[in-house]
Amino acid sequence: MAEKKRIELMVCTGTGCFAGGAYQIIEELNKELDFFGLKNEVTVVATGCNGFCGQGPLMVVLPDNIFYGWLETKDIHHLVEEHFLKGRPVKKLMFTPPEEKEPLPLISDIPFFKKQLLVVLRNKGIIDPEKITDYIARDGYIAIAKVLSSLTPKDVVNEILKSKLRGRGGAGFLTGRKWEIASQQLKTPKYLIANCDEGDPGAYMDRSVLESDPHAVVEGMSIAGYAIGASNGFIYVRTEYPLAIKRMRIAIEQAKEYGLLGKNILGTNFDFEIEIREGSGAFVCGEETSLIHSIEGNIPEPRQRPPFPAQEGLWGCPTVINNVETIANVPVILSRGAEWFSSIGTETSKGTKIFSLVGKINNTGLIEVPMGITLREVVYEIGGGIPKGKKFKAVQTGGPSGGCIPAELLDSPIDFESLQKAGSMMGSGGMIVMDEDTCVVDVSKFFIQFTNDESCGKCVSCRDGSDALLEVLTRISDGEGREGDIEFLTELAESVKDASMCGLGQTLPNPILSTLRYFKEEYEAHIKEKSCPALVCRNLIEYYIDPNKCVGCLLCIKTCPTEGIRGESKHIHFIDQEKCSKCGQCMEVCPPKISAIIKITGKEINNVERLTELISCKEWKKKHEYTHS
Amino acid sequence: MPKLTIDDLKKIREDSRKEIYLREGNFRGKVIVHMGTCGIAAGAREIMNSLLDEFEKRKLTDIMFTTTGCAGLCSEEPMITVEMGNAAPVKYRKLTSEKVIKIFNQHIIEGNVVKEFALGIGSERVG
Repeated sequence: MAEKKRIELMVCTGTGCFAGGAYQIIEELNKELDFFGLKNEVTVVATGCNGFCGQGPLMVVLPDNIFYGWLETKDIHHLVEEHFLKGRPVKKLMFTPPEEKEPLPLISDIPFFKKQLLVVLRNKGIIDPEKITDYIARDGYIAIAKVLSSLTPKDVVNEILKSKLRGRGGAGFLTGRKWEIASQQLKTPKYLIANCDEGDPGAYMDRSVLESDPHAVVEGMSIAGYAIGASNGFIYVRTEYPLAIKRMRIAIEQAKEYGLLGKNILGTNFDFEIEIREGSGAFVCGEETSLIHSIEGNIPEPRQRPPFPAQEGLWGCPTVINNVETIANVPVILSRGAEWFSSIGTETSKGTKIFSLVGKINNTGLIEVPMGITLREVVYEIGGGIPKGKKFKAVQTGGPSGGCIPAELLDSPIDFESLQKAGSMMGSGGMIVMDEDTCVVDVSKFFIQFTNDESCGKCVSCRDGSDALLEVLTRISDGEGREGDIEFLTELAESVKDASMCGLGQTLPNPILSTLRYFKEEYEAHIKEKSCPALVCRNLIEYYIDPNKCVGCLLCIKTCPTEGIRGESKHIHFIDQEKCSKCGQCMEVCPPKISAIIKITGKEINNVERLTELISCKEWKKKHEYTHS
Repeated sequence: MPKLTIDDLKKIREDSRKEIYLREGNFRGKVIVHMGTCGIAAGAREIMNSLLDEFEKRKLTDIMFTTTGCAGLCSEEPMITVEMGNAAPVKYRKLTSEKVIKIFNQHIIEGNVVKEFALGIGSERVG
């Protein structure tokens, strides 16, 4: 047997694939490689998040660049024998775009990857995040070496200012400016905090950065520390991210061992230490002053600014808080130069942004794209469009603090200003796609429910304002909306925005305001016609069996958990609305060819023909033809 | 482990690069072993082992080594295809370990096509 390594299998072990059984796949791969005597030729590497989470568990075969998704342990024997022993890639494990027949073997041909531009995630899927040498091989720690050997802290701040890098946590403040303010403070010591308290539903950008390239964060933090004159850094990660914490911990240990953290880094007189602080998952801790309180061991409530943390932060000392993604940009900017960085993106938004693309979208996953790319490119080219040929309705950016952007704005570029103009925000990068089956009242209710739960309660406007907003939204979706509700929602939303102290309260009305701006008629339909056009709000819809289509097959009757469907074989079935819990299972089991069960709302509920007695399908047909002729 | 200096760091980078070169995709050429059923039966695996040993001996990191299925000329197996830079791919026929080592040294290392073992230059057209 040959001794040379010829193939590397990059198996994604991000949280998504991990949950899908990536480690069982790795175990099986190693077992089968051993069985076929290929252990020396083929090695398995556990990488961070690959990004194409919807296809997980997945792997990429290098150097051929072949992508395999939806792996199961039972496929591995065949895969190892065919591809790695005999050299014949296995088609059925490759990615096939929906509605197409031929698979796309190469990762470079898959549209999901094609339009992406990797800056922050440059090492994703290429390095083993638990091996410092892999990171170094990819020019890791070269930036800090350059900084310590040839730049003054002021040079570093200037370089970041020149790059026009803006904070990736939400507000988009100029990172260089923040560093400059902190570096000018006379008070010492100074602190640096990396914010990985990612709490938006459906967002996992920062987690992926830590999981796939933790050393980039260590290096970025060290550079930031040098620039502002801090020798202590904290990384604040939520406890729900065990894998991210584990990998970060390993990275810190390895960096210490190599003398890349600690005293006299790389033989210079710069000292820097990093400590991990685990948060317990309160959404408000993502707000910088709350986060500081949390690290200090106090109740995580925000405080009034100014003074800003850069002036008076952790334990009263100047503190820079940067989002993890912002920090992961720093080493690349320093090694490739501010000019290169600012050549990417738009006039005011430079570089790239990571988004988690989730919701009603074919290709679910984590993407990194240049600023200025249009929403259409993201949804239709990278995301592969909406499943089942449904219509695109809107995309929610910025999570519960953001707003929805409707179809008519699909061609607008993604940058800080455009999103704000559209009534949303960049936020940390959550992107939830909604199709025609999504009800905007229901979505707003969901987000307000979330922010209402997470409000720390310090400001009345946020605490009680979100209560009142939620109450009205619940009423509307329950079919008890009243004249004047929309005006009330608008007024209250504006007040909550104006009167709340921190970002949580100031942004929580955004989902309501943006949906009212673009989909006001849907609110009106709920209130005036008691109808839910998207057929979602349970109190406003009914499941109905079309007697002209029902063939009396009993499937729905057998499935109904509340025994709410009446009928016999070959007799038309009908739903007892008193018993119906509106779970929708009957609709799922009704064969697609028949599709007799539909959802109805508003006026339709009163207008449909209803059965009260059992009648055979034949008899109905006769009667029906008779009455119509 | 003693503390690193900047030069140490650069040395580690050079060494580690050799470890992960397969992932970088910076190859100046490509060797493909045909491993259809015909190829395997004719001894493609042996050809592959000899080639891999040569790669290992030379610590070659800028040539991609890969495998593929049947080339369509089963009577000429075992076969390999060598693609160097932008030059047209060359197919070699009826190989043995000795022949393949010669091809490795003359074509892959020195860049001269070994005409005596070559089946042809170029590929079929893809319609």
